[in-house]
Amino acid sequence: MMPHLVEPFDTPSFEYQLLAPMLIVFGGAIIGVLVEAFAPRGARRGTQLVLSLLTLVAAFVALLAWTRPDLGQIAASGSVAIDGPAVFFQGTILVLSFLAFLLFAERGVDSAGDAFTPSAATIPGSASERELTAARVSQTEIWPLALFSVGGMMLFVAADDLLTFFVALEVMSLPLYVLVGMARRRRLLSQEAALKYFLLGSFSSAFLLFGSAFLFGYAGSISFSGIYDSLSSGVELDPLLLIGTGLVSIGLFFKVGAVPFHSWVPDVYQGAPTPVTAFMASATKVAAFGAMLRLYYVALGDYSWNWRPMFWVVTILTIAVGSILAITQTDIKRMLAYSSVAQAGFILIGVTAASGPGLSSSMFYLAAYGFATIGAFALVTLVRDGTSEATHLSRWAGLGRRAPILAATLSLFLLSFAGIPLTSGFIGKFLVFEAAIDGGATPLVIVGAIFSAVAVFFYVRVIVLMYFSDPPEDAPTIAVPSALTTLSIAVCAAATVALGVVPGPVIDLAQEAAAFVR
Amino acid sequence: MNDFPVLTTLGVLPLAAALVVAALPRGRELLSKQIALAVSLLMLGLTVAMAFSFEPDAAEPFQFVEKTPWIEQFGISYALGVDGIALVLIAMAVSLAPVVILSGWNDADDNDRHRPQTYFALLLALLGCIVFVFAATDLFLFYVAFEVMLVPVYFLIGMFGRGQRTYAAVKFLLYSLFGGLLLLAALIGLYVVSAQELGTGTFDWTLLAGMPIDPDTQKILFAGFFFAFAIKAPMVPLHTWLPDAAASGTPATSTLLVGVLDKVATFAMLRLVIPIFPDASEWAAPFVVTLAVISIVYGALVAVGQTDMYRLIAYTSVSHFGFIILGVFAFTEIGGSGSVIYMVAHGLSTAALFIVAGYLVKRRGSSLIPSFGGVQRVAPILAGFFLFAGLSSLAMPGLASFVGELTVLIGSYQRWPVAAAIAVIGIVLSSLYVLIMYQRVATGPATENVKGMRDALPRELVAFAPIIALTIAVGVFPKPVFDVVNPAIERTYSFLTVEPVEPDVPVGDAWTDYAATEGEATE
Repeated sequence: MMPHLVEPFDTPSFEYQLLAPMLIVFGGAIIGVLVEAFAPRGARRGTQLVLSLLTLVAAFVALLAWTRPDLGQIAASGSVAIDGPAVFFQGTILVLSFLAFLLFAERGVDSAGDAFTPSAATIPGSASERELTAARVSQTEIWPLALFSVGGMMLFVAADDLLTFFVALEVMSLPLYVLVGMARRRRLLSQEAALKYFLLGSFSSAFLLFGSAFLFGYAGSISFSGIYDSLSSGVELDPLLLIGTGLVSIGLFFKVGAVPFHSWVPDVYQGAPTPVTAFMASATKVAAFGAMLRLYYVALGDYSWNWRPMFWVVTILTIAVGSILAITQTDIKRMLAYSSVAQAGFILIGVTAASGPGLSSSMFYLAAYGFATIGAFALVTLVRDGTSEATHLSRWAGLGRRAPILAATLSLFLLSFAGIPLTSGFIGKFLVFEAAIDGGATPLVIVGAIFSAVAVFFYVRVIVLMYFSDPPEDAPTIAVPSALTTLSIAVCAAATVALGVVPGPVIDLAQEAAAFVR
Repeated sequence: MNDFPVLTTLGVLPLAAALVVAALPRGRELLSKQIALAVSLLMLGLTVAMAFSFEPDAAEPFQFVEKTPWIEQFGISYALGVDGIALVLIAMAVSLAPVVILSGWNDADDNDRHRPQTYFALLLALLGCIVFVFAATDLFLFYVAFEVMLVPVYFLIGMFGRGQRTYAAVKFLLYSLFGGLLLLAALIGLYVVSAQELGTGTFDWTLLAGMPIDPDTQKILFAGFFFAFAIKAPMVPLHTWLPDAAASGTPATSTLLVGVLDKVATFAMLRLVIPIFPDASEWAAPFVVTLAVISIVYGALVAVGQTDMYRLIAYTSVSHFGFIILGVFAFTEIGGSGSVIYMVAHGLSTAALFIVAGYLVKRRGSSLIPSFGGVQRVAPILAGFFLFAGLSSLAMPGLASFVGELTVLIGSYQRWPVAAAIAVIGIVLSSLYVLIMYQRVATGPATENVKGMRDALPRELVAFAPIIALTIAVGVFPKPVFDVVNPAIERTYSFLTVEPVEPDVPVGDAWTDYAATEGEATE
């Protein structure tokens, strides 16, 4: 037989069952775009809402039915890994997105409609904006945009080569840049946040892409397992590897909001429509950490002695700066933003452990944190001054008496962030601390413990305001939300308590899922 | 009785009642108080029943044991059980419960911000946490109760306190959580060590006590544990949260906080620190004893200079906690048993002081000592109570504190003679601060300020009487308490390698002998 002159072309294998959850979400998003194009304006909102929620449910069902997390399969010719962590993170992202989508759809708290501007292109304060508002037009493109972002997140946590990794990152981020700029109220703030997020985000993406090129140059392969293989046989102090790891890390640290790449977090979290903030702070964070864990544990798994020192520094900085700056905040959304920076630091403690427990504890922490975050931001939408949200902390004084259930629920979420036992946050902290001590990172735990105490101060300050202070003269109004927001908050509160009191099943799930396929 | 989950019942009962009470609508304030009182009496009944079926000389460390897996992945179980020390402390807490509820019957009524329902719900929730913290034999469960307990206290001070209540509540919470988080780090470290030593990690006390741990690791873990308990106890120089918290809380809150809650720290030193880190405890003992002596003298000296009654009581507690810790770290059976008796006695005397001070402050509207004068003329019963409370605090022979103080000093003299000698200064100073306070408040002609002050009401009488009875009972006949506590103390110190300093006669008997000679001498 004649030898082939050209290497035979392998038809890409495409495991539809394994990819079904992502395909469903992307499919739903595309149908959403078609709805925008062809459905009459009046029917769009209802159609989009039902379509988006059904898409998420269908994807979740497909995830449960067709994936085998225990097997750890490689799909799409090595571009995607469907293993335990991927399925766990995808499931978490779907659940959190569902809860955030319920907030997107809320029309009961703002007298003019939902939290999104009727047309992002109109000039703030212009006549055309007023006209559209008066006509009760609602921006329904948010639904396909958000679905694309969810699809990108699901791909991000499963990406098994550098190119898919980058593409997923962009699919996840681009819709978010748009969503951030679409607030109905305080539009200039929102647009500024969008621009800032877009510029810094593209910068960090460029870093990530550049770093990927270096890693490819080092390993001669873009697949994570290829990088791993050349690490186990090759030189470890290759400048290409060092530079590549550093640059990729910058991109990822930006996405998770770790210090010193956190400066966008408070501005964007404050400016974005609060439902979008809830979505970003929970689902996006899960996705970014999921991808980070896969890159460092799979591709650079044997290289941990080299990247761990960098993680030590970033972790300590993130916890310290996040906690200390949160103390000085007077706006509740900014405070929660800095708190999310500090929380990212705690998750980084788990990542730094670079071990099986490190992975499973980070997974649990992310899920626990996601629920509490959505709940907290959902509550922020309910306290309003006239038309916009009353985000200044002083406006929250005396809320414990005026809205006891709201105040009690927010206290629950804050106590969970602070890590008080019987809430999910405590179990999360316990797990990451355990993983870190087990993995030889005891000093990180001590730093974490000390700054947890610092963090308690600003969480408790809100509780002090709500319960121990008198309400202001012109107290803000408490909006009565529709069933959508109520359901979302109730689920988040229930999850926060359940994960704190009987965390066993979810820890089990995380531990069983905590094995990357290489 | 053995199959009945008595400890769970004891802990869950007040927690469930707290939910019920919190849910009562406006207008049912009286019902909330009645439920709280009834539940506390029910708890007392259960505890008495438990005490009677407790066997002091049983071979196993814990009785009324319950154990259900909780978070199996980490060897965490819902494990309850009591030894003699825990039983005595639960009994003390549960006896004080109806007393503080009854004495603070109207404390939350004139609060325009919050409802009495919330107040009593928080008190009940606190009681539940207290039971769990003393009964937990799983260290993780202990930690959970230890931390959760802070939440009701925080709200009790912040919502229903007076003066700088917000500042005091936050300071209390931050201090406690800071220690608590270091404790958490040490606890996880202990778990990791247990995984290395035993194969599977665990939080079970029965497996952890006496487990061999590398001495250096032991010292680090000991530091984490001890720091948290030194804040809670509170030892100088980590005590500054206590006067603020005690001065700002209602008398009921302060009683439970200082009298019961802080005992968790000294209890944990006996239960956790010494059996799990015996080598480190011996290594650190001179340092701890020094701090304890400083607390005794410093607390007493500062108490002498206080003008606020509540702050004064708080500082006397700093001094008394020094005695308790001195007894614990004397590593002699008599010192250890003495410290447990002292814990009970201090609970009773602090309760007495806070409650009477509360009666007085409620009438006068001020807690400053100079704003009183000649109370004895207008309200003799109240002044009598005040004197009794003071005498109980300064360890008058025949009252509970005397037994504790004497045995602690005897026990610690055997091991640390110099420390014991210096600690005696604390006794002298205690007469000073108590008697000066009594003199300024109660003696002399009745001043304008106290004219028309009503004497003790029947409710206040009923609330105070049990404290008098218990203080005298323990003071005159402490043998039953010693009998229950001694085996547990013996077990605690059996983990140590120090040379035992054997008392000539068992402590309980020594006491009866002593009391007998004393009796003869006075005749």
